[in-house]
Amino acid sequence: MLKSRIIPCLDVDKGRVVKGVNFLDLRDAGDPVEIAKIYDLQGADEICFLDITASHEDRGIIFDIITRTAEQCFMPLTVGGGVRTINDVRNLLLAGADKVSINTAAITNPLFVKEAADKFGSQCIVVALDAKKINKEKENSSWEIYTHGGRNRTGLDVIEFAKKMVEYGAGEILLTSMDKDGTRSGFDIELTNKMSTSVSVPVIASGGVGNLAHLASGIINGKADAVLAASIFHFGEYTILEAKEYMKDQGIDVRID
Amino acid sequence: MEKLGIIDFGSGNLHSVFKAFELVASKSNKDLKVEIVKNSDDLLNCDRIVLPGVGSFADCKTGLEKIDCLSQSLSDLVINKGRPFLGICVGMQLMADQGLENNPTKGFGWIEGSVELINLKSKILKIPHMGWNTLFIENNHKIIENIDLGEDGLHAYFVHSYNFYIKKKENLITTSHHEINLTSMVARDNIIGVQFHPEKSQKLGLKLINNFIEWSP
Repeated sequence: MLKSRIIPCLDVDKGRVVKGVNFLDLRDAGDPVEIAKIYDLQGADEICFLDITASHEDRGIIFDIITRTAEQCFMPLTVGGGVRTINDVRNLLLAGADKVSINTAAITNPLFVKEAADKFGSQCIVVALDAKKINKEKENSSWEIYTHGGRNRTGLDVIEFAKKMVEYGAGEILLTSMDKDGTRSGFDIELTNKMSTSVSVPVIASGGVGNLAHLASGIINGKADAVLAASIFHFGEYTILEAKEYMKDQGIDVRID
Repeated sequence: MEKLGIIDFGSGNLHSVFKAFELVASKSNKDLKVEIVKNSDDLLNCDRIVLPGVGSFADCKTGLEKIDCLSQSLSDLVINKGRPFLGICVGMQLMADQGLENNPTKGFGWIEGSVELINLKSKILKIPHMGWNTLFIENNHKIIENIDLGEDGLHAYFVHSYNFYIKKKENLITTSHHEINLTSMVARDNIIGVQFHPEKSQKLGLKLINNFIEWSP
């Protein structure tokens, strides 16, 4: 059977890792390739690069990073951030990404996801959705999609929109809770569970991981297929292997090769 | 010196496939040169052939046929001359009689069977079959020698929604469980196909690549 995946995520700005990564024995802690190599050795199931480079002229730098990572890490690589055109998807895949994650462009132009999936196959199209809980007082919770790091409301229900994305060919949903992101208080389990049981494609839970129990809960209670985290791995609090051993003790099937 | 050719028909990035084979070749005792080949003339010089493929069955088939004489040369080398062949992902699926992704499309017909959408009864497991899974041996083969397989064995990385439903059990080398038994490795004579991505499968992948470059069918 398929194993639950652990995916460390790196924010990359102009080819450098931001938010600081603090590993011992790392020659260059800002080099995404060096960090990817360490996660590869630790047994990460995939690596995710989020390119947050704002200026257009510097956006090409990520391609070299992807190529160098794919040359040295024989594991799956997902890249997102600013993916807006078919050419963006093509260039990322040609550089060596296995999957491309589409965020804002999926909201502003849903048919772009369909076009990309038709062209390159659903297996490489991830739709990344950022959601905030609304009607907190009511019994039936619902979540609205936000864009631009949680600043812009869209009025879209995240579950309904995700179903539409799957219909259009998205092969995976990367779901981030904007309420939980950065809080280190755990995933929004209710949201994750609702998403995982509503769509037919794999769901990656993201936003809020502060300890290993949170990762396990994302799988056990959230029913996610994969869990994504950044800071708990970047600062060396836990290795990927420690996380997997913990999850295994909780009865989760993980890959320890 | 032997030459191993990785066929590039524009289906996607072959860089990591190339790098994985190059790494394994550099560590083996074998005098092997790894090359990316884009036309029939270059292919004819290859002693071993790898056909990777991503995207849809129909697109890959069309891509191959666009290149002058490539399909004919490939078939001649593999079927008539017995050169060791490894198909990866859609490169494996193309060996079927036909593929039913998008439009029904004829395959090479090297291994009997057809490629069809995975149809699961329960709504619990997801499609695409995406992530790391184990392999269970159906028929033994040199390609899996010294690789630790089975429930507690090594894992391979998969990402696909279509399965190769094969007709003859003897062609099946391994299956992988995802509610149903999916075809994860097939073989016949000098031909091997894998549904997963050895170039993305860390330990298991590099071992399998090593077995392929050392294999004498």
